[in-house]
Amino acid sequence: MEMEEKRNIKFLSGNEACGEGAIIAGCRFFGGYPISPSSEIAEFMSKRLPLVGGTFIQMEDEIASIGAILGASLAGVKSMTATSGPGLSLMQENIGFGAMAEIPTVIVDVMRGGPSTGNPTGPSQSDVMAIRWGTHGDYPAVALCPESVNEVFLLTIEAFNIAEFLRTPVVLAMDEITAHMREKVELLKEKDVKIVNRKKPEKTPYLPYEYGEDLIPPLPGYGEGFRFHVTGLNHDKTGFPTNKSELMEEGNRRIMDKLDKNKDKVIRHEEFMTEDCDVLVVAFGSSARAAKRAVRNAREKGIKAGLFRPITLYPLSEKALQKAAGRAKKVIVPEMNLGQYILIVERVVGHGFPIVGINQVDGEPISPSKILSKIEE
Amino acid sequence: MAVNYFNYLRKEKMPHIWCAGCGHGMIVKSIIRAIDKLGWKNDEIALVSGIGCSSRTPGYLDFHTLHTTHGRALAFATGIKLAKPNLKVIVVGGDGDMMAIGGNHFIHACRRNIDMKLIVYNNNIYGMTGGQASPTTLTDAKATTAPYGFLEEPFDVCNMAIASGATFVGRALDLDVPLMDRVILESFKHKGFSVVDAWSQCPTYFGRFNKWGSASEMMERYKQIIYNIRQKDQLSEEEKKGKYPVGILHQIERNEFCERYQRLRDSLKEKEEAE
Repeated sequence: MEMEEKRNIKFLSGNEACGEGAIIAGCRFFGGYPISPSSEIAEFMSKRLPLVGGTFIQMEDEIASIGAILGASLAGVKSMTATSGPGLSLMQENIGFGAMAEIPTVIVDVMRGGPSTGNPTGPSQSDVMAIRWGTHGDYPAVALCPESVNEVFLLTIEAFNIAEFLRTPVVLAMDEITAHMREKVELLKEKDVKIVNRKKPEKTPYLPYEYGEDLIPPLPGYGEGFRFHVTGLNHDKTGFPTNKSELMEEGNRRIMDKLDKNKDKVIRHEEFMTEDCDVLVVAFGSSARAAKRAVRNAREKGIKAGLFRPITLYPLSEKALQKAAGRAKKVIVPEMNLGQYILIVERVVGHGFPIVGINQVDGEPISPSKILSKIEE
Repeated sequence: MAVNYFNYLRKEKMPHIWCAGCGHGMIVKSIIRAIDKLGWKNDEIALVSGIGCSSRTPGYLDFHTLHTTHGRALAFATGIKLAKPNLKVIVVGGDGDMMAIGGNHFIHACRRNIDMKLIVYNNNIYGMTGGQASPTTLTDAKATTAPYGFLEEPFDVCNMAIASGATFVGRALDLDVPLMDRVILESFKHKGFSVVDAWSQCPTYFGRFNKWGSASEMMERYKQIIYNIRQKDQLSEEEKKGKYPVGILHQIERNEFCERYQRLRDSLKEKEEAE
């Protein structure tokens, strides 16, 4: 008789599940600064990392935290930080550095109310535009947004995989509900999950920004025999600064194009009862769970409602969203901010029918009944 | 034996961007001589900088090099060193980089005592952006943002480092090549976080605005405001007033962070195995 391997089921908070996912993904460096509602991730990593040969360090601020994780990644070690809105604001300059210099790393943003100190302990989804446009310049934003604790675990691993694959910083955008809620999680073992490691160069001389068909250059760690230069200035294939217009244009476009070219390997979304829907709800994170309930309730009342949930907020599966909205007479976008992601939905599904937001910034989750009323309107 | 500088320089990146009379190149040569003397291999060195004139150094040296954002060199370097403790991590930056925008990282790096070597190319001015006042601009000196003279008190890089917990602190003027060589070499030999306040002249901006003259005339001026730490006891308080000591100013032994962290990992492992 074959012995069935015992499944490792735990009852964890989203922040703890994030830490578990990071360890499985191979994260061995964490640099962070305490901030509600993300601090439990740093606490988890401070306890766990030295047990697995990794390193935890509490930096002096969020600017230092992102600097340290980018440095660690260049040294060849998978790295992560966790923060919330005010910390994300401080990190923005170096998120751009990571994108420009093409350094894989993971930034967890547990969203709280803003602007400024806002509401440190209440849920919010107010960073979805800051994640996309926060740093100056054009950059290939990738952000994943889990709706449950189990998904936090899985998407943390996925965030590392995408960062390593694309050679770029990836944001895991949670909200305070997903971070602090406790749910059942199945902690998969390393052998049962797909782990992606960055592509390394095979030959010398190594040019750090020489790319092939996938537009993603390989990246060795410092000290592994390939000496190279890294800068945030516009650079050519050698990694050294350039101010030649054609090379600047090529470099700036390529970091965007590499995401566009490989987006099908990155994009994820979920659809619920969208095949025949007249009313489409587009929701993400904890709001999507309320939306799913509202869609079910609407169906019980005979209203053909459906839910489209972007799992990668960026890049968004635009074609799938257009298809899901194909026969809809109304699109509803509930979000815990004053109307951010709706701007993207409007751009993608176009006009000709009402696209309405449900916006709430009172530190409370959006209720299913509120979404249901909007569906019924 | 004479040092072959080209073993360490990226020849093809010459000429460098520094102005005629700038002292930065002299500091770079002292760094190279120290590395050569210690026999460090190019592949085991990570050289990290921020933004500014001095921060262009990594582009010219054939190591693992990283030109980060303004003020953040020590933060990036901390990640590199902790991730790969076998790398020799050298950090360079200017007075603006280290004492202004990166001041917080500077004091915390001193406190942590991670085995990294910091060299502050201190020329009392923001050169790259055109001669604005910096936190080490001397009181009353002129700069483009201090057209009537600098009304503030400057930071003393070394005092700041000592007060923050750096375990090796030294200062030298670029003019005094043997002393610069010795201070940088000893800082590299030191186990722990070291800070060298390496004085360099900026004839293009500081010299011109303050009518200090050519590079050599500027060096003479700087000579007037220093004294060797070895003469500390021979000189009266009056003679030392307003002057900066040069040489190795501070060296103590303290637990180094990477080693401490490794001991933690080892002890946790032992505990786990015992259970």
